[in-house]
Amino acid sequence: MFARGLKRKCVGHEEDVEGALAGLKTVSSYSLQRQSLLDMSLVKLQLCHMLVEPNLCRSVLIANTVRQIQEEMTQDGTWRAVAPQAAGRAPLDRLVSTEILCRAAWEQEGARPAPGLGDGHTQGPVSDLCPVTSAQAPRHPQSSVWEMDGPRENRGSFHKSLDQIFETLETKNPSCMEELFSDVDSPYYDLDTVLTGMMGGARPGPCEGLEGLAPATPGPSSSCKSDLGELDHVVEILVET
Amino acid sequence: MRALTATPSCLAVPLPADIISTVEFNHTGELLATGDKGGRVVIFQREPESKNAPHSQGEYDVYSTFQSHEPEFDYLKSLEIEEKINKIKWLPQQNAAHSLLSTNDKTIKLWKITERDKRPEGYNLKDEEGKLKDLSTVTSLQVPVLKPMDLMVEVSPRRIFANGHTYHINSISVNSDCETYMSADDLRINLWHLAITDRSFNIVDIKPANMEDLTEVITASEFHPHHCNLFVYSSSKGSLRLCDMRAAALCDKHSKLFEEPEDPSNRSFFSEIISSVSDVKFSHSGRYMLTRDYLTVKVWDLNMEARPIETYQVHDYLRSKLCSLYENDCIFDKFECAWNGSDSVIMTGAYNNFFRMFDRNTKRDVTLEASRESSKPRAVLKPRRVCVGGKRRRDDISVDSLDFTKKILHTAWHPAENIIAIAATNNLYIFQDKVNSDMH
Repeated sequence: MFARGLKRKCVGHEEDVEGALAGLKTVSSYSLQRQSLLDMSLVKLQLCHMLVEPNLCRSVLIANTVRQIQEEMTQDGTWRAVAPQAAGRAPLDRLVSTEILCRAAWEQEGARPAPGLGDGHTQGPVSDLCPVTSAQAPRHPQSSVWEMDGPRENRGSFHKSLDQIFETLETKNPSCMEELFSDVDSPYYDLDTVLTGMMGGARPGPCEGLEGLAPATPGPSSSCKSDLGELDHVVEILVET
Repeated sequence: MRALTATPSCLAVPLPADIISTVEFNHTGELLATGDKGGRVVIFQREPESKNAPHSQGEYDVYSTFQSHEPEFDYLKSLEIEEKINKIKWLPQQNAAHSLLSTNDKTIKLWKITERDKRPEGYNLKDEEGKLKDLSTVTSLQVPVLKPMDLMVEVSPRRIFANGHTYHINSISVNSDCETYMSADDLRINLWHLAITDRSFNIVDIKPANMEDLTEVITASEFHPHHCNLFVYSSSKGSLRLCDMRAAALCDKHSKLFEEPEDPSNRSFFSEIISSVSDVKFSHSGRYMLTRDYLTVKVWDLNMEARPIETYQVHDYLRSKLCSLYENDCIFDKFECAWNGSDSVIMTGAYNNFFRMFDRNTKRDVTLEASRESSKPRAVLKPRRVCVGGKRRRDDISVDSLDFTKKILHTAWHPAENIIAIAATNNLYIFQDKVNSDMH
């Protein structure tokens, strides 16, 4: 199904994505399939937010799958797969939403907030994801999509929803309150960690080598972000208990 | 291949049906315990074969039913703790009573099952109903006598092993020393003493310092049947680790690592998921291990870590459907596997209420179905076949018509005889081999 060497379809000359994507002038069905698998996986991880604690094994396996896809896409150089102007075209809606997701990863390194999955926060299938994000795209030119609600708010809401999603995967020793707060782990699965495949910026991001995108130093912002994540989480616990 | 027949008690559903979540024979095979999603345990007992009724080949009837676990609420995390029974393990019988361990996601309980079939009669101070007698009517003393009564089975919780696990318990295993047992969750394995509930020893901990680094979890574990210091645990990456408790207090470093190198020609994004081991069982001999992953069952020799010695395809026709099975979450189904008493046949469940048996000696295999239609009492089960395009025989089922909601995850094999218990959603089927049961 996802075997390599799937014959690539030639969609035409207009699909000239940024020159940095060496050799990938056409949208291949393998990429589309891989993309939809990535979308599906991310939605599955979102759906972990249920009344009963989610199955850790399943979550880990899905997260590993996402990581694999991201690694492969990084190697292919297709991490920023599609031309942004494809927004609004029916068969590529899905690609647009993912492009926005991909943007979210390193946009954040530049201290830009990303609504990402948080805004949609849909519990439905992947197709629900597309209308939300692709609806945004035509409204705003791609570079300013994240600026619309003000960086702080958006970031807060993003983190809050991430935390909501993943707090059930939190590991806490519930034996005493002090330990609770001193031992707060950040969500084991951080969306942009997976997307960028890095932990605190140890490795260069996927934007490396792509034209016009300098690898950012994610250090300060990501630690700030993870602090924010912890803070949100602590607040959530206080509110809930 | 042997012919299996459905026993008269083949369909045993005594209570409002709930999804069966575990099935386990005791060490003699006389008792069969099932746990369900509602936290109930139902124990069946095999009726002794009677000469008067040669037809009744020792059927299983309901022996006792009790509520083992109740739903709980974790206030700190605002999460429910399901009452579903994940595993039941019998303790070896040491006196007239039977004991078993049952566990849900968080708490393990030790239950004692006793019989009462006599009661004392003829008290001096009390009458038949237990009311105090008028002393003036008591003219002589008598010794109370034990008289037979209708059998009453009493079940009582003897120990509750709580608060040992942060993550969800997936396995319990009683040690051959009959004093200790282990419980495993996604990231840790604890060793308990059966008599001590407020303390347990952590013997395996694979939780990373940073949870963001988590890529592998524990999926199953079991003690070696004879060597009380050895146990195995399987992981979501398809590896098995044999650990020796004599080596260190914390057995994070395995003694042996069993892992099959990946087949590069079959590599896909689903390779890791389908390699995740859902069950591991030692053979009765203790020489081999049986593992189940999504598409295969494998037999491993404890002396060879490099690869399994035998691999059997359970439903390879699903290999081309992995994406759909990922989408509908079926790819995460955890099937169990079982050995027969002599370790010559292995069994595991599949979809469409099919289950498969593989004879290790003849290398023949069979697919059978557990359903009401095909299981009239004493009817011989007919082998089924799944066709993958090409020639289709009359009773074949095509891959696309398989019902993926009918999955047989839990199966058990009698420790000595050819009797199997199959849990098909909320129905329990018991099949036995009429021909061979006389011959062992």
